[in-house]
Amino acid sequence: MPKIKSTTEGEKIELQMTPMIDVVFQLLIFFILSFKITTPEGDFNIKMMPLGKSLQTLADEIPAPPLTVRLEAGSDGQLASLSMGDRKLKGFDELHNIVLSRVGDAGPSGAEEVEVELDCDYDLKYEFVVEAITAVSGRVQGNAILPLVQKIKFASPRKAGG
Amino acid sequence: MTPMIDMTFQLIAFFMVLMNFGEGEQDERIRLPLSQLAKPPDAANTWPMTLQLTKVGTVLFGGEEMPVAGIRPFLVREAQVLKRMERDPKEATVIIRADAEAKTGEVQELIGICQSREIGFEKFILRAKQGQN
Repeated sequence: MPKIKSTTEGEKIELQMTPMIDVVFQLLIFFILSFKITTPEGDFNIKMMPLGKSLQTLADEIPAPPLTVRLEAGSDGQLASLSMGDRKLKGFDELHNIVLSRVGDAGPSGAEEVEVELDCDYDLKYEFVVEAITAVSGRVQGNAILPLVQKIKFASPRKAGG
Repeated sequence: MTPMIDMTFQLIAFFMVLMNFGEGEQDERIRLPLSQLAKPPDAANTWPMTLQLTKVGTVLFGGEEMPVAGIRPFLVREAQVLKRMERDPKEATVIIRADAEAKTGEVQELIGICQSREIGFEKFILRAKQGQN
């Protein structure tokens, strides 16, 4: 039986690396150019007063009256005063402490039962509203977020002089 | 050659993992308010729709900039599309990305338009950036 001898025995096959490196560098450039460092964004769920419902219907649906937080704007849109009911508050920390004690008083399901209504001036800068929502909706403990009030709604905005 | 290729692949893997394809809805004209509680949501929102409100009171939607009142026809169309797909507009989630310096009243006006009878969106989310004031 004749033996088949490979004529290429001992020859080194050279891999063509250049096209692969080209593609790899193109991918690298694409990722470098489209890379952008962004801070993570988070969400707050809110409830709005439904349209076309009478105040009586709303009163029937909501078992307990909400805690009303009033945010008044100064002429430049900055927060001029913060109050809950008739009580003037010094800042969002005090608001947070009040809400914390109300939720605690309401028992184990307090976070679900207590409702907060934000009554804001039309011209108030939105960042103060988010600050108020942050104060009432939870707190950071270590790496975890302890939820407080989950039902947050807005009253109709108040226009200056109206 | 091998160490260079190794390193290049590692760089590609690094950029691929960190790349965020969800940035499409972000706009540099909007400077979101900061909140330490703002954490990315655990689950995806159903039928999300992002409305961006600038500090001068204009709304950015679908690549166009318009006053708050001008958004109504666009939202009516969105609601009609959902209805044609046999979806209830109540199921859609409206994400509001408003600038920290926007007027609260304008944010509420925007939400009010979304709630109007001809549109009928009910689920709203206010977006904030993670950080401390």
